[in-house]
Amino acid sequence: MPGFRYSLGGETFRFDDLRTLLARATPLRSGDQLAGLAAGTEVERVAAQVALADLPLRVFLSETVVPYEKDEVSRLILDNHDAAAFALVAHMTVGDLRDFLLSDAADSAMLTALAPGLTPEMVAALSKICRVQDLILIAQKCRVVTRFRNTIGLEKRLSTRLQPNHPTDDARGIAASIFDGLMYGSGDAVIGINPASDNVATLIDLLHMLDAVIAENEIPTQSCVLAHVTTTLQAIEQGAPVDLTFQSIAGTEAANKSFGISLALLAEAHQATLALNRGTLGQNVMYFETGQGSALSAGAHHGVDQQTLEARAYGVARAFDPLLVNTVVGFIGPEYLFDGRQIIRAGLEDHFCGKLLGVPMGCDICYTNHAEADQNDMDILLTLLGAAGINFIMGIPGSDDVMLNYQTTSFHDALYARRVLGLRPAPEFEAWLDRIGIMAADGTFAPNPLPPGELSHTVLRLGRA
Amino acid sequence: MSKTELPDDRSADQWAGLRRLTPARIALGRAGVSVTTARHLDFQIAHAQARTAVHSALDVDRLRQDLGTEGQDALQVCSQAPDRATYLQRPDLGRLLAPRTYEMLQSHRPDHQPDVAIVLADGLSALATQTSAPPFLAALWPLIRAAGLSPAPLVIATQARVAIGDEIAQALGARMALVLIGERPGLSAADSLGLYLTWAPRVGSTDADRNCISNIRPGGLGADDAAHRAIYLLREAARLKLSGVDLKDRTETIAAPPAPGALS
Repeated sequence: MPGFRYSLGGETFRFDDLRTLLARATPLRSGDQLAGLAAGTEVERVAAQVALADLPLRVFLSETVVPYEKDEVSRLILDNHDAAAFALVAHMTVGDLRDFLLSDAADSAMLTALAPGLTPEMVAALSKICRVQDLILIAQKCRVVTRFRNTIGLEKRLSTRLQPNHPTDDARGIAASIFDGLMYGSGDAVIGINPASDNVATLIDLLHMLDAVIAENEIPTQSCVLAHVTTTLQAIEQGAPVDLTFQSIAGTEAANKSFGISLALLAEAHQATLALNRGTLGQNVMYFETGQGSALSAGAHHGVDQQTLEARAYGVARAFDPLLVNTVVGFIGPEYLFDGRQIIRAGLEDHFCGKLLGVPMGCDICYTNHAEADQNDMDILLTLLGAAGINFIMGIPGSDDVMLNYQTTSFHDALYARRVLGLRPAPEFEAWLDRIGIMAADGTFAPNPLPPGELSHTVLRLGRA
Repeated sequence: MSKTELPDDRSADQWAGLRRLTPARIALGRAGVSVTTARHLDFQIAHAQARTAVHSALDVDRLRQDLGTEGQDALQVCSQAPDRATYLQRPDLGRLLAPRTYEMLQSHRPDHQPDVAIVLADGLSALATQTSAPPFLAALWPLIRAAGLSPAPLVIATQARVAIGDEIAQALGARMALVLIGERPGLSAADSLGLYLTWAPRVGSTDADRNCISNIRPGGLGADDAAHRAIYLLREAARLKLSGVDLKDRTETIAAPPAPGALS
């Protein structure tokens, strides 16, 4: 590839290759500056965006950002590319694709059919020439529906992961947070614990506890303990009740290696979890987390910007039919996403790219205390992602994760979004909330101040254990 | 005036019991479906305190006083990050010693090779280093002496990340680096200190080469407990001549792991 050139205002900008063009076209963020990949000036950035808009989509099938021979994620993306699905847009440039996706001709059914024909690099390129409202409008037309014990991702629905973390994995403390969350109608995406230790015995104990809460109360939801995939595989071997297998994933083979995983290991975990056959409505059994900057953090970015690599992580995710994928957007810190403005844009890009690729996207709408961000920024991102049709968000007591020491959306925040945007929980879970007496399915999303007796019984028993 | 919807007396007892089981912000009540004024402002206070901890500077003179004799002789170094804003955006600069510092440290290299270079770094919470490091070191010194380990001169490092300890230990010729560093403040704790041990530290050592003890603070892992865990790691690392994943595999879970990506 001879490189790309664009003249603007008497200045000629040269971009050596596709990955450089993508990086220079990316809206400003600290991680690309840290990697030395960001455009030097605003004018250079726009020049790259204009050059990118003129780029035929076919180029993405012949030029890789990370070499095919050196990287199994590149091989996965190109080997799994669906040429028949791509045919619809094969004649288009990146700019044409934006116009087409904004048009009324591109409806939900068409976008679902198109998804296997798009590569992560194509949608990343597209996102770079989209404004915030484009990221919302296009994503809002995408529908990615997944099932295990309930149905997630339907139109005008918003699910939540109940995240009852505890600094020492104390089962009673975790049970208390679960009870609190259920009383706010949280937990239809998953009840998912980040364990403080990666110890298999702890993992198995927690899995049994979650299984008891769900089974005894017939809650139409699923559980997950977010341990390393190898630890979960050990738990499966020992007969533990694993609903979903979790893993953090990234967009390059080298970054995944730094996480201690490979595509083969993910495939093994996927098969082992499917074999348990614990889903009642569907068999989406994987839960993945991602986040811009993880490859750079692992020294495994190959000179590719962090947003393009993030889209490639969704390319990994979709190969394993996940129930849930979420971008932990503000967790990584200000050296990758400096402030609220960068976090908000990144969260919307991630949701947009994932949805266009057919991935069931959620977002951990979050920040750390060393980032230039606060609750107001999270309210903005939550509202925008709710408008964009996000499948799920996190739910944690009072926005404060006392184990991981960061702030994410609270149980209250989900109710705010449901009320303001008219978004209901997963239908099976909504019916359960109504039946057990936690929250009437009358559209007010107002929790009953009194806990239902049977649920209290389970949780108080666990609380004494 | 709007009525705050809170659990009634019967369930209030139940919630009070549950609240004792976790530091998480459960049973907050609500106004409509939103957080009440009081709980909202509690959160804002905690966030303001955490932000202050991130942005406050280490008072080195006071730290020296609080450290007693060892503090008077401590060497002071800076990273290549000139200020807090740069420090937060350029973790690479926080891992590197400022120019000419390496030579200064070399001039303090003891005649006999020291076993361990102890570094007090501000990290993401100078407050943690300021308040939690002195009691920890007071508990650790006697254990180090009893173990027969020889320390290099104590070093205080500002605008520093964990890996700065590798270069410091190299300059001082020490076999191990023990870095005490302010952890990224959470809302519930802004004074939490992390400890990182590295055998044969050198520029380019990675997190996989280190062992960590987290959450050292008055309300978390106390100074005495932390010092006993630290001396265990130091002795094992010296005996096995390694640290990191291989050492960790031979120990019980030592403490909660650090927040990923926070300090490296």
